[in-house]
Amino acid sequence: MPSFQRAAKGALADTQQRRNLAHATATIRAKRAAVVGEVADWEALRVAGADAKDEALHHLPDYLEQLEANLTARGATVHWARDAAEANQVVIDVARAQGADEVVKVKSMATQEIELNEALEEAGIAAWETDLAELIVQLGQDRPSHILVPAIHRNRAEIREIFRREMGRAGRAAPEDLTDEPARLAEAARLHLREKFLRAKVAVSGANFAVADTGTLVVVESEGNGRMCLTLPQTLVSIVGVEKVLPTFADLGTMMQLLPRSSTGERMNPYTSTWTGVTPGDGPQEVHVVLLDNGRSRVLADEVGREALRCIRCSACLNVCPVYERAGGHAYGSVYPGPIGAVLNPLLRGVSSDVDKSLPYASSLCGACFEACPVRIDIPSLLVHLRTQVVDEASGRSAEAAGMRAASWVFGDHRRLEAAQRAASLGGRLLGGRTIRSVPGLGAWTQARDVPTPPTETFRQWWARSHRNDGHTGEDA
Amino acid sequence: MSAREAILARLREATADVTTPVGARGEVPTISAAPASAAGTLDLFVDNVADYRATVVRCAPDRVGAEVAAALARGRAHAVLVPDGLEATWVEPSQAAGMWLRRDAGEDGSPLSPGALDEIDAVVTAARVGIATTGTIVLDHTEDQGRRALTLVPDQHVCVIRADQVVHDVPEAVALLDPARPLTWISGPSATSDIELDRVEGVHGPRVLDVVVVG
Ligand code: SF4
Repeated sequence: MPSFQRAAKGALADTQQRRNLAHATATIRAKRAAVVGEVADWEALRVAGADAKDEALHHLPDYLEQLEANLTARGATVHWARDAAEANQVVIDVARAQGADEVVKVKSMATQEIELNEALEEAGIAAWETDLAELIVQLGQDRPSHILVPAIHRNRAEIREIFRREMGRAGRAAPEDLTDEPARLAEAARLHLREKFLRAKVAVSGANFAVADTGTLVVVESEGNGRMCLTLPQTLVSIVGVEKVLPTFADLGTMMQLLPRSSTGERMNPYTSTWTGVTPGDGPQEVHVVLLDNGRSRVLADEVGREALRCIRCSACLNVCPVYERAGGHAYGSVYPGPIGAVLNPLLRGVSSDVDKSLPYASSLCGACFEACPVRIDIPSLLVHLRTQVVDEASGRSAEAAGMRAASWVFGDHRRLEAAQRAASLGGRLLGGRTIRSVPGLGAWTQARDVPTPPTETFRQWWARSHRNDGHTGEDA
Repeated sequence: MSAREAILARLREATADVTTPVGARGEVPTISAAPASAAGTLDLFVDNVADYRATVVRCAPDRVGAEVAAALARGRAHAVLVPDGLEATWVEPSQAAGMWLRRDAGEDGSPLSPGALDEIDAVVTAARVGIATTGTIVLDHTEDQGRRALTLVPDQHVCVIRADQVVHDVPEAVALLDPARPLTWISGPSATSDIELDRVEGVHGPRVLDVVVVG
């Protein structure tokens, strides 16, 4: 895996991706701001959300045992998995016990993290992604680039091509006369997946929340593919990171206000399903829950870093991040992109690889992510904390040396410098007249001092705009 | 050591620094918008449900059957699924209009298979709770709503909710719900914004949602 900076270099050259991203993040930002503005006491909600997660995290063993007891009492089978291999094996064993050679899947970050689809394929079991964006990513043999809109880097024409080329190989082919209208593309996905939903014996899901005092799991979604997977097959396996625990059912009153408004910018997402073990005569009659560690206990042991485990994967921090908007999701080298990825990946995996070493520097420390975060994760402070770890690890190297490497990367190419300046001036627009702490890409170098808020237009942007007619157009106009 | 013991031991070690006892935060705080009036709450509910491009009508109790029949006619439904516990008068006018009312039972009396559900055009149900601030309807799948698959596979869902079931904000709804039941929170028809963020209604769930508010 290349470092963030190397991967981002390629992404910066991809104009299409940057346009898609800029449009998408701006749209979601505006929607989010409008629905958050409707809530009288948003700050009190954020505090309550952070407190609920902290209560669970600080006493995680107790709440997990409570969750397990309640699930078992309601007829579910609870499994524990130290790592990806153990979790994947549970799913493989359950599918084999049912004689299934395929499973349908609800979009789940945890299953991407453990590379479940690849493990199932090796075991001869097909895993069908059913979320529209995940379907696009899977059929396109691609990787997700955003938590909420994983195919955000693809435009409608590309999606049409992928559907026409690939759907027939995986099942029902796309209609001959498929156009690139979103409604037609969604219809093609509906038809393609319906036969899979109707015949599936085993489904795999994640969970947004797992409620300890009742044993209730919660899946939040939009399309109804989640409901299909959670309802029609007779066997359901849910992979749940141990940090997904909420202490009480009443905490859903807080979380179900915070999550939809922060993620899709809606008052409420179209569908939320909750289930508590097995309900006789309704839905899966065999319910498995896999409680997954895979590095989370390591994050929890970091007294500063542990607040990253509050994350409810809403993606608000991605949508406000000037660095994410330029670099795209793939550069983070993980299923967790954006500001939260820049802290969560090195916390989960340690800072020995190139990419994990570089991620704490993939930020301008502008603070927009912290302000957007519904559970008040102080991502900028965590990044600074991790930079210290990176520096400590690279013995003999000072923070300044690490910072200068980042600086030379930025200054080494005029396009990167422009991107950094534009990102900084975007920061200037977002933050109004406030001071920001650094220029993107130069984090460690400038973190010790404040730099003035950049102008909303850099000199290079002004030059590109005012000299457009002499053939020197701005790349990003 | 089993994976369970190993993980719990790691987590205990990781939280060894924590000195507060479990539950020290006290009562779960309820942060909830306050309703101006009962009428205001109901108006807000109707506006927010309609904002999701569901069709909402309000009617007196003796008009429910007529409004349900009108909604099914708009959706051109023929085969209509009726949960066992549904108020019979709610679907009598539909039957009189020639629609084919189906129970959740095949010829041998067992529940309809997913394939059989796929042949059905519409389903009519009651609801458990409505939430005004978000335009959400919550089903708890008791007898007047039927098991979860019934409101999922058919293409049209006509949902009848009484005015006194509508609460103002999310925490009030959560307090009324029974966690032991499977619950489905519905806010408009199924939708996706995955293609260039253009919202498309109707992906896998019902493409048409009609809400009849009684009283
Ligand atoms: S860190 Fe906060 S803003 Fe970012 S995805 Fe997680 S919960 Fe959302």
